[in-house]
Formats: sequence, structure tokens, C-alpha cells
Amino acid sequence: MRNKLSHFAIPYVVWMALFVVAPIIMVVVYAFSAAEGGFTLDNFANMGTYAVVFGRSFKLALIATAVCLLIGYPVSYMMSKEGPRFQRAAMVLIMLPMWINFLLRTYSWMSILENNGLLNRLFQRIGLIALYNQVFGTDIEFFHMLNTQGAVVLGMVYNYLPFMILPIYSVIIKLDHSLIEAARDLGANSFNVFRRVILPLSFPGILSGITMVFVPSVSTFAISKMLGGGTDLLLGDLIEQQFLGGAYNPQLGAAISLVMMVIVVVCMVVMNRFGEGEEQAVML
Amino acid sequence: MSKELIRLRDLCMAYDNEPVLNNINLYINDKEFLTLLGPSGCGKTTTLRIIGGFVTPTSGDVLFDGVRINDVPPYKRQINTVFQKYALFPHLNVFENIAFGLRMQKRPDPSGPAGKKLVRIPEEEIRERVMEMLEVINLKGFENRKPDSLSGGQQQRVAIARALVNRPKVLLLDEPLGALDLKLRKDMQIELKRIQQQVGITFIYVTHDQEEALTMSDTIVVMDKGSIQQIGTPEDIYNEPKNAFVADFIGESNIIDGIMVRDKCVKMYGREFPCLDGGFGENEPVDVVIRPEDIDIVPVEQGQLVGTVTNVTFKGMQYDIIVDFRGFKWLIQTTDHSPVGARIGIKIDPDGIHVMKKSSYSGMFGDYSSFSEEYDELDDASLALDEEESEDEE
Repeated sequence: MRNKLSHFAIPYVVWMALFVVAPIIMVVVYAFSAAEGGFTLDNFANMGTYAVVFGRSFKLALIATAVCLLIGYPVSYMMSKEGPRFQRAAMVLIMLPMWINFLLRTYSWMSILENNGLLNRLFQRIGLIALYNQVFGTDIEFFHMLNTQGAVVLGMVYNYLPFMILPIYSVIIKLDHSLIEAARDLGANSFNVFRRVILPLSFPGILSGITMVFVPSVSTFAISKMLGGGTDLLLGDLIEQQFLGGAYNPQLGAAISLVMMVIVVVCMVVMNRFGEGEEQAVML
Repeated sequence: MSKELIRLRDLCMAYDNEPVLNNINLYINDKEFLTLLGPSGCGKTTTLRIIGGFVTPTSGDVLFDGVRINDVPPYKRQINTVFQKYALFPHLNVFENIAFGLRMQKRPDPSGPAGKKLVRIPEEEIRERVMEMLEVINLKGFENRKPDSLSGGQQQRVAIARALVNRPKVLLLDEPLGALDLKLRKDMQIELKRIQQQVGITFIYVTHDQEEALTMSDTIVVMDKGSIQQIGTPEDIYNEPKNAFVADFIGESNIIDGIMVRDKCVKMYGREFPCLDGGFGENEPVDVVIRPEDIDIVPVEQGQLVGTVTNVTFKGMQYDIIVDFRGFKWLIQTTDHSPVGARIGIKIDPDGIHVMKKSSYSGMFGDYSSFSEEYDELDDASLALDEEESEDEE
């Protein structure tokens, strides 16, 4: 199907070739080269030392994705039941943080979570910390929140939650209302209408929400650096270090990127398989 | 056709103070095939949704077996619905779609002590009943197919099976054949009637298609503007329409101003015609309905009326000719060809004349002056098609 309009796709094809395909090829080439040139598999062989980082990254990304799903699904579902004005307002509120720069957003979390930050001062003010000391017999002045894995997960959830809500919401809102009426007509109570009809039919939204949260979470480095204090290395940090940091080793960095990419793609393919029985999930 | 099953009493419905239904009074018998017929916006679907429990009437009662069920939710009514666009669950296969209602059900344990314990229907019984339904709808072997791999007619039948498997006392059908093409629709009409007779329950059917209504119904309820215009058998509705609206909506009609001179004699165009109707006041102004197929074309000198042919359309089985009688145009369906411009006489047998009381619809219908435009005006193109189709059959 060739028509004249297809010429308009040329800039995009060029863009893709230059900034998507070429970098991937470079990553692959680098991953299989030694520092002094020539083919090698050493980059992969040396990677075992970083298994912990892989494990930690996937664990935190999974937790963040699960939390996003647990928050995002009910929010989407409840939003879809409200009137159009409420829905528009809620949508703006959900999108609003995304109009602020990602780094700024994350910085503000730093000052919220700091030992002398907003939250701790609030806790001191309302006596929560004193209560904690009393109950547990400790003597702390603040909760240690920043530079923990919890803070990293919080950062991921905060930043990526909209990517969970939007696809789920758009699937639920498009559900044919007559299906719900049909289920009610056939004797399903509200719970069963949800479990047997709405939930399975919103599966495509859930799947793409999971993808859109998990993939950036597993590769993030800014969040872990700022909220995790850089002590618990994540994959993103590790890769960054190989290219920009002291441990300069772009070949290893490329190899780690490649392995991470392969794992993510495999995960997505498996998920797609899983979702195939449901309506066609739009992924990646 | 015996026992009364559903009664609607003084039913009124309004959305935002905009009345949709005015004082609907209707009873529906057990095992009856009843059709709510009317143009879009006449309130037929609202009536159906009230019976189904999806809408609560503004005032009035819905009685089921003598019990008021206004506030009973849909899933507690012994009523199931076949939705306009089937509303099959796309994530479930045919078997699970049909089994859906059974899986939702809980009933007293038949083996246990006669107590409160409710149990689900056992899997073997579900299987048996679903298979039985698949046989009724002639779709054996389709149980593992997904709805989107079925044709429109097959989806339609699955939707019917899904409703019937619950053994409801009443099945509500909301324009279920609207999305099917003409040929399939005709097959499904016969199929639906067969299914209704086989399972022996009440069907309440909503349509704007008069041919569908005439083909399948035991009783037709003609509605317009939120009110019932006429209730009767298909023959009653066609042969004895109560007002100009019904006469025009069901089939083709020439509706002429007349004066009831006395019983069995009506005056049109200053001329007396013998008819079979009576019971009107002396010299009462009336509407006279004459069906296009009840008019015989005769030589001018033998005609009760004489007019000029202004338009001829070949319809296959007959010609539709438009004849001008002193400025009022009639539609006549005849197998004899008369050329445009010819002077012809017509003769109408007494049983071809039907006299109606004047109503608010008088003067609105029945003149074919704008014959060609009338088809364009119809907002629903399929409606126009159906009417042409039904003419072919008559």
C-alpha cells in the first residue's frame, strides 16, 4: 500500500534509524568488544558480580509496579464512575505533576523526606516521634526516610503512577455499559459484575500500565541517586557509572544495558502471551 | 394464552421533567409474544427497561404475578434481557457466555436439610443446560468460539441462549434484529418465534419495524409520543387501526376525510360509500382508511371515483401508482399497469373501507402528494426499506 502520504513518514524513519536503531546497534557492538578493540565475551562473564544489583533493581521495580497497580486501579475505576466534570478535574490533577520537570519533582521529595524535612517536622509537631519513642523505648529525633529503598520505591510510584492510571482508566471508560447491564440482568451482584466482567475486560489496560511503570522503574537512575543516596546501587546507576562515573568502562555498561534490555523484552513477551487470551493488549 | 403475568399500571416516566411515558396501562399474558411497536422516541425501550428493572418509573406500578416489583433489582427478577447489540462478554467463549447466569445463581441445597444453605449449581448441570440451549439455537459445536469470531446472527442466537438458559418467565428483547441484514433478519424472525414456542415463555419484543411485529407477535402494542395508541392482534392492528397514526405506521394507508352519514355508509368526495362500520354519531366527521391493495381499478364509467395517474413505480410483484383524486393523492397497489396521465376509475369493496374516529393525528398522514419525498424524509433508512419489503409480501 504505497501512497503519496507515505513520504511524510520519511523524517520519522530517519529519526528512528539515527536515534533508536543506530544506538541499539552501537550498544550491541560495544557489549561484545574489549576496551582495546576486538570481539570478546568478557563483558558478560564479568557481570556475575553485579547479580545483586540486578536483583535489587527488579525487586524495587516490581514493588513499585505492584503499588502503582494497587493505587492506580481503584483510582481509575472510581474515576470512571464519576460525572464528566469530576473526571476532567481528576485527570488534570493526575497530569499536573507531569508538567513539572522530573528532577525538580524528585528534588522536592528529597526536601520532604529529609531528616529535617517537611514530614519529620510535621511528625515532631504532632508528637508522632515522641509517641514512637515511648512505644518502642527508643530515642530518635526523626525518622530516617531519605536514602532508603522505601524512598526509592516512593519516588518510582510518585513519578510513574500516572502511567498506570491512564491506560487502565481509558480501557474502563470505554467498556460497553450494556455488558454491565447484561451481567446484572443475568444475576450478577455488584461484586460479581466487577470480578467477572469489568476486571477481566480491563486486563489490556492493566498490562500496558504494568509495562509503562515497570520498564522505566527498572532502569531508573535519577530516582535512586537522589532518594536512595546512591548507596544501594540500581541498574541505572551502575550503567551510568560505566559511562560517566569513575568506573569508566563503556563496554561493560553496554553489556549490562543489553542484558537488561533482553530481560525486559522477555518479560514483556511473556506478559503479552499471558494477556493474549484477553483482548489484544497494546504493548511496548 | 391465559394467565396474566405482568401488569403495568398508570406508568409514567420523565427524564428531567421531560415526559417519556404517559399513563401506560398494559397487561401481558403468560406465554404471550407481545411487541411494543413505534417510531424512535416513542417510549417503547423505556417501557421495556422498566419491566427489566434497569429504570425506575417516576410513578405507577409494575406488577409481576400480582406482586409489585418496582424496586426489585434486575438480578432478582425472573426476567432476562436480550440487548440491542447482543452485549456478549468478549472475554468469554460461547459456553461461558451462556453459562454466565447459571454460575451466578445460588439455590437451596436440594440434598441438604430444607434450610437456608445456598449452593451453586453443580458443574454437570451447567454443562447439560448450556448444551441443551446450544441445541435450541442450533449452535452445537460452537461452545469454544469467542463471540467476535461469530457472525451477527450467531451472536444474536448466543445472546438469546444466554438469557433463556436461566429459565426466565419473561424474555425481553430490545430491537434484537436491528443490526442484522434483511435476509438474516427474516430468518431470525421465524427462528425467534420457533424458540418462543419451544420454550413456552413470554417474549416482550421492542421494534420499530412493523413487519417484524406483524410476523411474530400474538399481541402488538403500538406506541407514539409516550402513549399507547392501540393494543391488538396483528390482524386487528392492520385491519382496524384506531387512529391515523396507527393506520399510517402499520403498512400503507390512504387516509381520507369523510362523514359518517349513518351506520354502514360513509361519505367521501361528496359521494356515499357502503362500508361495514357503525356506531358513530350521525354525520360525524371521521377519518377513512383505505389500504392500497384494497382498491380495484375499473373503467372510468364504472368507477366510484375517477382520478388521474400521476406516478407509476414498478415494485416487482405489483405497481405502486399514485392517483390524483381532486387534489388528494392516493397510493394504489395493483398488478395492472396504467400509464401516467391515464384517467382511471376505482372501486372499493365495503370491507376495504375502515372508518376511524377523528384524533389528534387526523390530517397528518395518508396523503401521497409528497410520495417521493416521503421516503427521503424518513430518518431511518432501514425503516423505509422494511416498508417496501412488506409491500412486496402483501
